[in-house]
Amino acid sequence: MGYSGMQTNGDNLLELQDVKTSFFTKQGEVRAVDGVSFAIGKGEVVGLVGESGCGKSITSLSIMRLVPQPAGKIISGRILFKNEDLMQKSEDQMRQLRGDRISMILQDPMVAMNQLLTVGQQLGEPFRFHDKVKGSLRKMCINLLRKVKVPAPERRVDDYPFQFSGGMSQRALIAMGIANNPDLLIADEPTTALDVTIAAQVLKLMKEIQKDTRSSIILITHDLATVAQICTRVLVMYAGRIVEQASIKTFYKNPAHPYSKGLIHSVPVLGRPVDRLFSIDGQPPSLFDMPEGCRFSPRCTRAEKRCFKHYPPETMLEDNHSVACWLYAGD
Amino acid sequence: MALLNIFSKKKRTGTKPRGRIRPPYLGFFCLGLFFLSVIFADVIAPYDPQEGDLFNTTIPPVWQEEGSLAHILGTDMLGRDVLSRIIHGSRMSLLISVGCILFYGSIGVTLGLVSGFRGGRTDMVIMRLADLWLSLPAIIVLFMLASVHGPSGKTIILTFGIMGWPNYARIVRGECLGLKQRDFVRLARVAGCSKLRIMFSHILPNIVNTIIIMATIEIGFIIVMTATMSFLGLGTQPPSCDWGLMLAEGRQYITYASWLVTFPGIAIVITVLGFNLTGDWLREVLDPKQKLR
Repeated sequence: MGYSGMQTNGDNLLELQDVKTSFFTKQGEVRAVDGVSFAIGKGEVVGLVGESGCGKSITSLSIMRLVPQPAGKIISGRILFKNEDLMQKSEDQMRQLRGDRISMILQDPMVAMNQLLTVGQQLGEPFRFHDKVKGSLRKMCINLLRKVKVPAPERRVDDYPFQFSGGMSQRALIAMGIANNPDLLIADEPTTALDVTIAAQVLKLMKEIQKDTRSSIILITHDLATVAQICTRVLVMYAGRIVEQASIKTFYKNPAHPYSKGLIHSVPVLGRPVDRLFSIDGQPPSLFDMPEGCRFSPRCTRAEKRCFKHYPPETMLEDNHSVACWLYAGD
Repeated sequence: MALLNIFSKKKRTGTKPRGRIRPPYLGFFCLGLFFLSVIFADVIAPYDPQEGDLFNTTIPPVWQEEGSLAHILGTDMLGRDVLSRIIHGSRMSLLISVGCILFYGSIGVTLGLVSGFRGGRTDMVIMRLADLWLSLPAIIVLFMLASVHGPSGKTIILTFGIMGWPNYARIVRGECLGLKQRDFVRLARVAGCSKLRIMFSHILPNIVNTIIIMATIEIGFIIVMTATMSFLGLGTQPPSCDWGLMLAEGRQYITYASWLVTFPGIAIVITVLGFNLTGDWLREVLDPKQKLR
């Protein structure tokens, strides 16, 4: 299990320290990621949950150092990968890492691949750029497709992406992600674009692959059920900040932050009929105009005076469970 | 692969349903004539285009009173067969126009890709350079190069090669700006692709259609320009047969041997018409969303 504190720990594969990423637009600065700190241990599967626009994807792109240019920029913070600061690396050094040690699975498989190149040509790219081609590249691609259980890989390798179904495209993308057995795999909503049965298969596949390769995985999603299936730990993000970190059991049994409570509460439970699903009142804050103090305070039912004034410090509740909320901070 | 789609209408997934676009048969016919004469010039042409016959100068075409079947389109002032010269002249036209397109197309596409993909300062510099370039009159540059290099077909290719890139660069840049935001570019970066590779093996195949359309449209323009240059004496030199050169040579005899300028002119019109009609059709078929220029 990883350690979720601020201190540097030798066992951590990845550690983010107070990372801030902003977009500079004509309307002003958009603080998409505003001081995020967390750590991922080796072989750990961590879920990063939060609603749309809370900064999950930008956090992951920051780790890859692929924040859309020129509007976006990582302003401050340290991103330690194997105890080396990625912020200090040159673009060339980053390219050596990408697709090799750090890899990513993109959200929408149907548009993520170049429609004019065959699946095989694209699958081979991580091998080629990192000089990992041994023997026939084509064979390596076929093996990769076999690993992710694409039927008839010998034939499929020459197909174009539009000849693949959604689930198969996602498998191919996963194959590309794991091609070089990365230490860290970031999966950005890998199942959002798929229907439920295919999503379940893809998750199962990811689980198997994780067991096989011992990669660490950051699973970005807004689906708590997905998290429950494969993650060991959860990070909850709200408006550009991590509000709660907990192990999966603690999170489902005992969520601490009012936002997490709301999230868990809004998931329907099988066999317990309800008229209307619970929803958290209000809207997430506009990124242009962040509330002073706790970002969740305008929607929080238990907000106190100080919640509106100051951002709460991170409080450790028990082992591996920390929350940023004044309710737990004491005085 | 993209090119195959021209003919398989069924598979095309356009956003809005449109009627079938009628292929420009007239354009195909014109181009057919042109390429036929390019490929089989040696076979079709009844005479050697260079060889004069001083006993048979300025014979009018066959349908005029003094015309003879031996020279269907007549002969010029040196007794050379007009038809043979026109047929052989098509080769020169194609050579020069394709040379031009390849030359400045490759410069334009490369600069456009770099400009669009890198953005920022690089983009600004290249695009301002393009603006600057467009303000230079090509003919002045041609005069300059012709005086340095001597007038020839090569000089024309060189001039257009240097002058023509901004159009290509602008169009390609525009396409590139849109494409670089697409997910597949991000995927390529995630996989560790270098920028150069993304540009040339991921983005370039996606703009091949546009490049082809551009080329067909520009070829017509270049043929006219080449003829103009040769007419001015800055292009191909006698005795090689070029349509523009034939026009220039025939100009002095226009009052009593009008066929000397009429037929090369018609040849130019047919070829340019063929390329333009086909180019317009290709644009419609390959890229319905795209508006060029």
